[in-house]
Amino acid sequence: MSISIHSINKTFGSYKALEDVSLEVPNGSLTALLGPSGSGKTTLLRIVAGLEFADDGPGKILFHGENVVGIPAGKRSVGFVFQHYALFRHMSVADNIAFGLTVLPRSKRPAKSEIRDRVHELLGLVKLDGLDKRRPHELSGGQRQRVALARALAIRPKVLLLDEPFGALDAKVRKDLRRWLRVFHDEINLTTLFVTHDQEEALELADQVVVMRNARIEQVGTPQEIYDRPRSPFVYEFLGNVNKLTEPNGVQRYIRPHEIEVLFAAEYDPTTDRMAKIQHLFSAGPVATLGVRLDDGKFVDVELSRKQLEDLGLSVGDEVAIRSNPPE
Amino acid sequence: MGFTIAYLSLIILIPLAALFIKAAGLGWEEWKAILVSPRIIAATRLTFGLSAAAAGVSVVTGLLVTWVLVRYEFPGKRMLDAMVDLPFALPTAVAGITLTAIYGKEGWIGSHFAAAATWVKETWHPAGWIGEQINTWANFGAAYSSLGIFIALTFIGFPFVVRTLQPVMEDLGKEIEEAAATLGAGRWTVFRRVILPLLVPALITGFTLAFARAIGEYGSVIFISGNLPMKTEILPLLIVSQLEQFKYGAAAVIASGMLIISFVLLFIINLLQRRLDWQNR
Ligand SMILES: Nc1ncnc2c1ncn2[C@@H]1O[C@H](COP(=O)(O)OP(=O)(O)OP(=O)(O)O)[C@@H](O)[C@H]1O
Ligand SMILES: [Mg+2]
Repeated sequence: MSISIHSINKTFGSYKALEDVSLEVPNGSLTALLGPSGSGKTTLLRIVAGLEFADDGPGKILFHGENVVGIPAGKRSVGFVFQHYALFRHMSVADNIAFGLTVLPRSKRPAKSEIRDRVHELLGLVKLDGLDKRRPHELSGGQRQRVALARALAIRPKVLLLDEPFGALDAKVRKDLRRWLRVFHDEINLTTLFVTHDQEEALELADQVVVMRNARIEQVGTPQEIYDRPRSPFVYEFLGNVNKLTEPNGVQRYIRPHEIEVLFAAEYDPTTDRMAKIQHLFSAGPVATLGVRLDDGKFVDVELSRKQLEDLGLSVGDEVAIRSNPPE
Repeated sequence: MGFTIAYLSLIILIPLAALFIKAAGLGWEEWKAILVSPRIIAATRLTFGLSAAAAGVSVVTGLLVTWVLVRYEFPGKRMLDAMVDLPFALPTAVAGITLTAIYGKEGWIGSHFAAAATWVKETWHPAGWIGEQINTWANFGAAYSSLGIFIALTFIGFPFVVRTLQPVMEDLGKEIEEAAATLGAGRWTVFRRVILPLLVPALITGFTLAFARAIGEYGSVIFISGNLPMKTEILPLLIVSQLEQFKYGAAAVIASGMLIISFVLLFIINLLQRRLDWQNR
């Protein structure tokens, strides 16, 4: 089910948390809301869920063309996963997952055996078979996250909303779970909107990335578009390591570390290159990072493949020429 | 560990042991004579019954008040929050005299209450135990009756419930409620299935504290109770009156009996809480 957001405003007291926000989330897509802390991501997600209400006005939120403004959260058929999971700690994993089914009015509530089957099906789906009797405090962070996801999915929601789903996890689990979520999404094909402030996560995971800044949407596009054709310096900088480089012709350019070419000092071409001295060098991993200092004292980060680094035979203290190659 | 045992011994065990030694100075026959006397039995029922009732009511009102204090912002909230502690700070005798003045027949609330009781009495002429109570209320307001004792015990027990509940409720946060709401649960279901179970251990602790305090309460009760033998006499008062007659042994016997009952009750509550708490973990 698609989500359309039309000119939504939200103020807290006198503070504007969202200003004229409009967004299309296509059916079946995995969309990331990306932005720095305080940019209004959570607020937008909560308004879509019905946990927060937008200011009065012409603003609309449509689920598959149907306006849901004024419909309470419980009737919107959304699955919401909270950053800190918000599991019911007095209930077992199975009871947590079954909760949304057991609170249905008696006429719609599935039979006990049906609920049990559904819980086991969901446990399988999130790869937590056999943990149904545990309590939340007996699970790891990643497992809790998946219980929260299973609980949200139990009610067969029409859209799935995740607030920083991996925010509280360590780097390794984060990466694993991220990949898993991508595969999982492709399997169940549920329209999903997730919040993150990690650009890598957004770029790797999403079909569509929405960059937010100061209560507004700055840019919307595929990860490729956003990365290669950022509409503003803010987006450019936010999307990852970036250098601000003055070229010999005086033009200032933003340039990503991997877009910089490193040459022997002997190949220096004063019309296109700048001279630099290598300050530090990290080569633990497939990509080597060089920190170089330009003749004007500025620092620039450069990324090279290990192979390139070995071919050049560089070490700290060497003089090199650097050339910025504009991407095609 | 060593410190805990030493400290508990010094502060609790040794004085209690001294009490039992004093009581043991009397023979078995004397014990029996004191403990099964109708006056003591009546006072025991009154003390424990009213203490339990007052603690029970404090749990309900305390839950409401704490809810409002934790969940809502309103002018004067700080003041209200500070006011909750007043029963802790007020000398109990002052509390007793004040309550008597307010709830007595001439009092600000008591006068209306007495008028209402008179009206009920003359309209329906209730009989039996109820009739007797209404008669007292019509004559004295809410003072000088079990109701008066009940009011005093509620007054002093209520802060215990609020103060044990408050941090737990603040800790709950709104997220679990919101999670339940997005899953389709109505407000009442959220309260019953999500919030209440998480508050149960704190509610029991609050009940226990209010209950224990009420059993031993003396100062605020004796002014409002009227101290009629067999009717509105509480156990601590009986102990004091024994002391005033220099019957230290008898006082120690009553106190020991009270302690044993209290200990058994508190122990049972503790076990109950263990069980409920285990479900909570
Ligand atoms: N209930 C509220 N009352 C007042 N201000 C709020 C409330 N909720 C959010 N805000 C404010 O609105 C702004 C946007 O908050 P929001 O939680 O949407 O940010 P966010 O993009 O999710 O940030 P983060 O990455 O830190 O979670 C913040 O400045 C925040 O202080
Ligand atoms: Mg947020």
